[in-house]
Amino acid sequence: MEPVGSDNLRTGKAGCHDPVVSLAGVSFAYGDNRVIDRLDFRVLERDFVALTGPNGAGKTTLLKMMAGLLRPTSGDIRLFGTPVRQFRDWHRIGYVPQRSALNPLFPATVREVVESGLYGRRTMFRRLSAEDRQKCRDAMEAFGIADLAGRRIGELSGGQLQRVLLARSMATRPDLLILDEPMTGIDADAQDAFFHMMRHLHEKHRITFVMVTHDADLVREWLGDRPAHESGRLKFYVRHAHEADDCAETDWSHTAKPAGHPA
Amino acid sequence: MDLFALDIFRRALVGGLLIGLMAPLVGQFIVLRRLSLLGDTLAHTSVAGVALGFLAGWYPLGLGLAFAVLAALAIEGLRRQYRSYAELSIAVMMAGGMALASVLFTAGRGFNMNVNEYLFGSILTLSRRDLWLVAGVTLAVALFVAVFFKELFVLALDEDAARVAGLPVRVLNVALTVTAALVVSVAIKIVGALLVSALMTIPVAASLAVGRGFRRTMAIAVLYAEGGVLIGLVLSGLWNLAPGGTVVLALIAMLVVTLLARKLRSRLLAGR
Repeated sequence: MEPVGSDNLRTGKAGCHDPVVSLAGVSFAYGDNRVIDRLDFRVLERDFVALTGPNGAGKTTLLKMMAGLLRPTSGDIRLFGTPVRQFRDWHRIGYVPQRSALNPLFPATVREVVESGLYGRRTMFRRLSAEDRQKCRDAMEAFGIADLAGRRIGELSGGQLQRVLLARSMATRPDLLILDEPMTGIDADAQDAFFHMMRHLHEKHRITFVMVTHDADLVREWLGDRPAHESGRLKFYVRHAHEADDCAETDWSHTAKPAGHPA
Repeated sequence: MDLFALDIFRRALVGGLLIGLMAPLVGQFIVLRRLSLLGDTLAHTSVAGVALGFLAGWYPLGLGLAFAVLAALAIEGLRRQYRSYAELSIAVMMAGGMALASVLFTAGRGFNMNVNEYLFGSILTLSRRDLWLVAGVTLAVALFVAVFFKELFVLALDEDAARVAGLPVRVLNVALTVTAALVVSVAIKIVGALLVSALMTIPVAASLAVGRGFRRTMAIAVLYAEGGVLIGLVLSGLWNLAPGGTVVLALIAMLVVTLLARKLRSRLLAGR
């Protein structure tokens, strides 16, 4: 649960971990329609941030700005401390778009899609190495889609396709995962399995999450019913990976600083 | 068959097969990016260049190529400005290209040129110089696709993912459009401006129905295109018909047979 006053911490000084995404005075407008207005927020290392709000509140817009796909009308966005326009370590970021962004008739196999997660500046002008392919096999194994590797993506169920997209974004072993409504349109069992995977990645694999969701139950049960921050109609629910005490263990230099990062 | 003994026909056949190889290589990316009309636009503009070449006495095919490349750059520029109306810029260019071509063609009446050749194709006019141009373009296109295959794949699958991966999306987009312009402009001489884009789209439409992975779909598309070119050119040579028409009709016949076979197969499988 977020204690009172956490707002200051998230919008101001960093807590026990470094900020992964920093938004300072960020606004975005489509023409005259200002959807995001002077937003200040920080996503810290190993946070799980759920972003909720009604349609048109700017959820997807905000995610796209974080992923460098949209430029804010004004304000400053930093990724791992670097201004987004100078940021080059894109392999540290996994972006999972809404499933509907993908053409279901696209002639690609699960393996081809997952391997495409590795294609970036670093892999231009060279073939994937054996190590790269192994990474992809591992990712497919981890998300239970290894047996679907040769299937065409159009033949998959919604839940399976969602896991393919997650595996693709995990292929580069990113530190930050940005997900846009991953649970929408998949059945309850698949949702549970998917949520379980994300929780595991968050708790055991030091991955920071920013996720847009409509799932009120998930938010309430796992992230509490009080948002850590609100801006316009956007609500940010946050859960950190571990207790404040553990924080000192993972990075001893923090022991010298005043404690107080919320669990 | 004495058709194959004819030097001019053999030249057209080699040129046609080279075009059949490269058109689907580029076509698959174009179709999957939902830019199927791009080929027509580039072709129409390219014909304007050809017409100008005749009027001015320059190498028509070369000028057609230059026009197509300029049109490709203009389309990319316009698309960036009218983001949500990408197809509008294409429609304007398509009409503009053909309008310019028709004005130039009619202005050049009395010159020694055959408009039909450039609209519907011809197997009797591919010169040695043209064939070299086709071969050079084929090499360039094949190299481009081979070198940037991975990046073009992501671009076609999910442009946002390509951006987040830090790929030079804009450069790749422009390069792909320019590559399409190269293919279209050299293919015009054989299959004609009105039908050239079918060589980029119909083989892909057929292979999409049967292919599994991306690479295999592309390989199958090339086979379809080569089959269509071979059948079409032979029919054109035998009965003296416009090759653009025979090639495209052969391709459509293959597409229809493929779709029917697929339907039949799924019905048989369901019936078991």
